[in-house]
Amino acid sequence: MGAGHTHPLFLPGRSAVHRLPAEVKIVAAVLGAICVVATPREAFGVFAGHLAVLAVVWAVAGIRPGWILRRAVIELPFVVLAVLLPFTGPGPRIDVLGLALSEPGLLGAWNIVVKGTLGVLISLTLAATTPLRDLLSGMQRLHAPALVVTIATLMLRYADLIVAEAGRMHRARLSRGHDPRFLWQVGATARGVGALFIRAYERGERVHLAMLSRGFDGALPQDAEGAPSRRQWVAGLAPAGVAVLLAAAGWSVA
Amino acid sequence: MSVQDAAAGARAAPGRPPSLEVRGLAFAYPDGHQALHGVDLRIEPGERVALLGPNGAGKTTLVLHLNGILRAGAGSVEVGGLPVAPANLREIRRRVGIVFQDPDDQLFMPTVGDDVAFGPANFGVTGPALRERVDAALRTVDMLDYRDRSPLHLSGGQRRRVALATVLACRPEILVLDEPSSNLDPVARRELAEVLLGLETQGWGTSMLMVTHDLPYALQLCPRSVILDDGVVVADGPTRELLADPALLARHRLELPFGFTLNP
Repeated sequence: MGAGHTHPLFLPGRSAVHRLPAEVKIVAAVLGAICVVATPREAFGVFAGHLAVLAVVWAVAGIRPGWILRRAVIELPFVVLAVLLPFTGPGPRIDVLGLALSEPGLLGAWNIVVKGTLGVLISLTLAATTPLRDLLSGMQRLHAPALVVTIATLMLRYADLIVAEAGRMHRARLSRGHDPRFLWQVGATARGVGALFIRAYERGERVHLAMLSRGFDGALPQDAEGAPSRRQWVAGLAPAGVAVLLAAAGWSVA
Repeated sequence: MSVQDAAAGARAAPGRPPSLEVRGLAFAYPDGHQALHGVDLRIEPGERVALLGPNGAGKTTLVLHLNGILRAGAGSVEVGGLPVAPANLREIRRRVGIVFQDPDDQLFMPTVGDDVAFGPANFGVTGPALRERVDAALRTVDMLDYRDRSPLHLSGGQRRRVALATVLACRPEILVLDEPSSNLDPVARRELAEVLLGLETQGWGTSMLMVTHDLPYALQLCPRSVILDDGVVVADGPTRELLADPALLARHRLELPFGFTLNP
């Protein structure tokens, strides 16, 4: 934790992608995700095109595909359901490796997996090249609701603190002979969660008091950084522009 | 002339209103518990005063009245001549800098620098002036090198000093410290004392009200002490005299740590 706030999804670097203002990258990522979702599922080649755009961004940003794919595993629990679709979907059925699978089910599963994966890859690319606090100030400059930005800022600060508090309470329980392996001891853990909730709530009250004492009136102060230049917008949105063209091409093919 | 010089200059000027003037302050919590029964307290500009008293004496309740978080049931509070009233709340909160007991309650921004900038930015300071304020406050507490670090990874003493900087950056008229020495190791405790004693020579020109159970710390930092018990001020005088009176201390559930004796 040398400078600033780092997190496991961030890959420190000084590439052109890293240096782009956060708001440009946020807009590009959202646009890119929309294009992926808007691409018709039958346009198989277009999805390869989307992936190629991402691969170019990774190359510029100096991210190895392996690094980002390992983190994309986070998606797995969400696509498990998609695997069931080819078996449970309605007819007509086609024969794949000796299994009679539902054709609409197969297409549905493909749709979920490919769009989900590309969406996760886009988010990971944004997270890998933008420190968390830049993401927050970028959202603020894009006029995201102040309350949302405030909540995200506080979460960023206090998640670690509450995890540490939970850890201390857990150790204190273990020190008094608590052994959560046995089912009948689950009660203590549950009460611990309750106590943690109350402690977190009380801390929230104290934090709010301390913020009020320093003149807080509902919105976090903005840092007066200059707006991104036109060149930065053009450079940052270029991949999203390609994605728009790809999605449009997908519709004309399908 | 910097704001600090202006503050120091104003302090020297005759006729400056007291930093804090509390008159007949009474307060009862909604559950009916009467926490303050008519408190009077006057702190002159530049004065350092310790507020002593047992648990439940009403110390925290009094502190929360100073910047208008709690509203007086009866009586009045003035800070630098300005009454604590809804219309003045913003300026009052700038003038009263409260350093809370747990720095983790105070430090909530992703970096130390952001946190120190939070107060002055709320009070309308922007751009280079804001940066200058942040740097000046962090330099005073000797934490300038940590400006871009997360508060999460600092030691307890460092966090306490950053919490102090977050309040100094607002250029308060009066600094209110709630148990400043709690949870500090002896070295961090001494370093904090040095910072607090250095504020005067560095021209910050703030008065100080230190709420504490730590009687030796009160003696080291505050020439004057006030004992609050059961919602009233029961003693007010030079710290050394009060602490050298064992009967007085015993009456109000205060005592010097083992092995300490004081000559008046």
